[in-house]
Amino acid sequence: MPANDARTADEQAMTEPDRQTRQTIRAIAESGASQAGALLPILHSIQDELGYVPEAAVPIVAEVLNLSRAEVHGVVSFYHLFRTDPPGKQTLYVCRAEACQSMGSRELERHARERLGIGYHETTADGRFSLEPIYCLGNCACSPAVMIDEDVYGRVTPERLDELLD
Amino acid sequence: MTDGTRVFVPADTTALSLGADAVAATLRREAAERGDAIELVRNGSRGLYWLEPLVEVEVGGQRLAYGPVTANDVASLLDAGLLGGADHALALGPTESIPWLAGQSRLTFARVGVTDPLSIDEYRAHDGFRGLEKAASMTPEEIVAEVTESGLRGRGGAAFPTGIKWNTVLQTDAGQKYIACNADEGDSGTFADRMIMESDPFVLIEGMAIAGLATGATMGYIYIRAEYPLAIRVMREAIERAEAAGLLGGNVLDSGRDFRMEVREAAGAYICGEETSMLESLEGKRGMIRFRPPLPAVKGLFGAPTVVNNVISLATVPIILDKGAEYYRDYGSGRSRGTLTVQLAGNIKRGGLVEIGFGRPLRELLYDFGGGSATGRPIRAVQAGGPLAAYVHPSQFDTPLDYEEFAAIDAMLGHGGLVVFDDTVDMGEQARFAMEFCAIESCGKCTPCRVGAVRGVEVIDKIRNGENEALNLELLRDLCDTMVSGSLCALGGMAPFPVISVLDHFPEDLGTLAVARRPEENPG
Repeated sequence: MPANDARTADEQAMTEPDRQTRQTIRAIAESGASQAGALLPILHSIQDELGYVPEAAVPIVAEVLNLSRAEVHGVVSFYHLFRTDPPGKQTLYVCRAEACQSMGSRELERHARERLGIGYHETTADGRFSLEPIYCLGNCACSPAVMIDEDVYGRVTPERLDELLD
Repeated sequence: MTDGTRVFVPADTTALSLGADAVAATLRREAAERGDAIELVRNGSRGLYWLEPLVEVEVGGQRLAYGPVTANDVASLLDAGLLGGADHALALGPTESIPWLAGQSRLTFARVGVTDPLSIDEYRAHDGFRGLEKAASMTPEEIVAEVTESGLRGRGGAAFPTGIKWNTVLQTDAGQKYIACNADEGDSGTFADRMIMESDPFVLIEGMAIAGLATGATMGYIYIRAEYPLAIRVMREAIERAEAAGLLGGNVLDSGRDFRMEVREAAGAYICGEETSMLESLEGKRGMIRFRPPLPAVKGLFGAPTVVNNVISLATVPIILDKGAEYYRDYGSGRSRGTLTVQLAGNIKRGGLVEIGFGRPLRELLYDFGGGSATGRPIRAVQAGGPLAAYVHPSQFDTPLDYEEFAAIDAMLGHGGLVVFDDTVDMGEQARFAMEFCAIESCGKCTPCRVGAVRGVEVIDKIRNGENEALNLELLRDLCDTMVSGSLCALGGMAPFPVISVLDHFPEDLGTLAVARRPEENPG
């Protein structure tokens, strides 16, 4: 790659994947910038594309939307569903809300943690599963419920959860 | 027109969560192998969730139900003569005659589960767009008057009269106004909004367009929770189809008026179900509560006058315009007019969506519709109106489903979500969870909520561990009082209510001292 005077030392030290990621982020931010209230839709697009919102996205999005880094970081950190580290290949969301509690979700939660050997907001060592709590999937007449990526499952017993994770 | 017998397999989230896709795929394959011609329709759910996946077959113009059907049942159903409506162990007879459904008054949910959700033609054939057509021929004042006279109150939980809100927006002079639909249905035990969006999306589009015509708003946002990926997909597709059909855009139904819509995806913050937080979030900010006044109806989204309504409120407007305010108002009791979409959830035998006129006793819903608990054990508590509302004790089960009647027992009817618990529940743990949830979801603006909820968890833990109970019970009441009085919105302001209800009605789960200190006017 030819030397580029405009680049900072930081940018020159970047690896090719870093550069590509940043280009992707910039392209997403620029294409979404004109809509009203653009920040959430842009962050969603970044997470849809990359699986998470990397720290490197904050200054880029801030610059494109003419916001401060603090404002962008504040939004990313405020919302539970934006994650700042790469997720596992699949994400298991276990509902912790009341309707599921009434049908044994506390035991299901324990089972999920033991079976995967991780706590909430963690990813298994083999990178297969991330585990996240969720507060209601709207499947409350068939509790307890879990979601794997975007698929919801109802009346989930610990045995059924094992089947789903196998 | 059809090239085979019409068979319906629901594709709403709950039906899918119980294997409806596998049923549909097996049905297609088995029918093909047998040389049976079928037209498979993926309808929404009728809301008889204890019978999902509920397969229907149309025979002689009548729909016959079978359920709950698993993929393994499909072959035996076809062998028995499903396509001719034959009898089978899973046969339930004509769908509309199933007592659970026949006993309801489906107004807002008239089409839910009946039609293909994304078919504009079917929507029209089932009385769709008649409300909007009528509205297009009325003045904004006339539309607002009709909604006001219907007695419709906000179905999201706060029960504020919808017409009055609309009138404020109509009377506020501004170049730009908005309709913001709150579809951040975050309360446990609620799924009515999701059902409308997944199973009859055009009724919400129609309701929002009417709200636009009534108030002069030209842009509508639907703020849908990220936990509802299917609802987001269906709503986006429905909006596209409505635009292509000229129902949205620069000339709504040839009225010469402009109304456009867009779906915005939330990101998992419960607080954004509060209207001012939702507006902040729609603007691309942290979902922090705003001070009121100014009301959103005066200064809302991007500083413009904004109607903020819940999904069910907006989805009810089309039938009010179509059939008239009086027709709707004739249902209900007292100051609670029309129908309530009760959601039977949690530990309940026959869970699902029950739309009925206000005024029926809670007991009827729990036992006649619900059939008691799923586990067969006695029902010990019901959380009505969401995680920020009281746990209702069995001694209160005769309370009629009516906003004012529930308020009179220090409970909340809210959106009609009922979460049922059997007698194995530890109410001390439920009280603790109310505080824990508030601590997780607090936006952080008000100290009583942000700090109080954390302290609440600690104090309840101490009580449950028998540490200095007398002092801590007093402290807990005091803390609840501070949170209720010192928080701007319903999260901090109401999270103590379930805790207080446990202190008042289930003190035995917090120890003998709690029982001794129960207020006399609240005998369990």
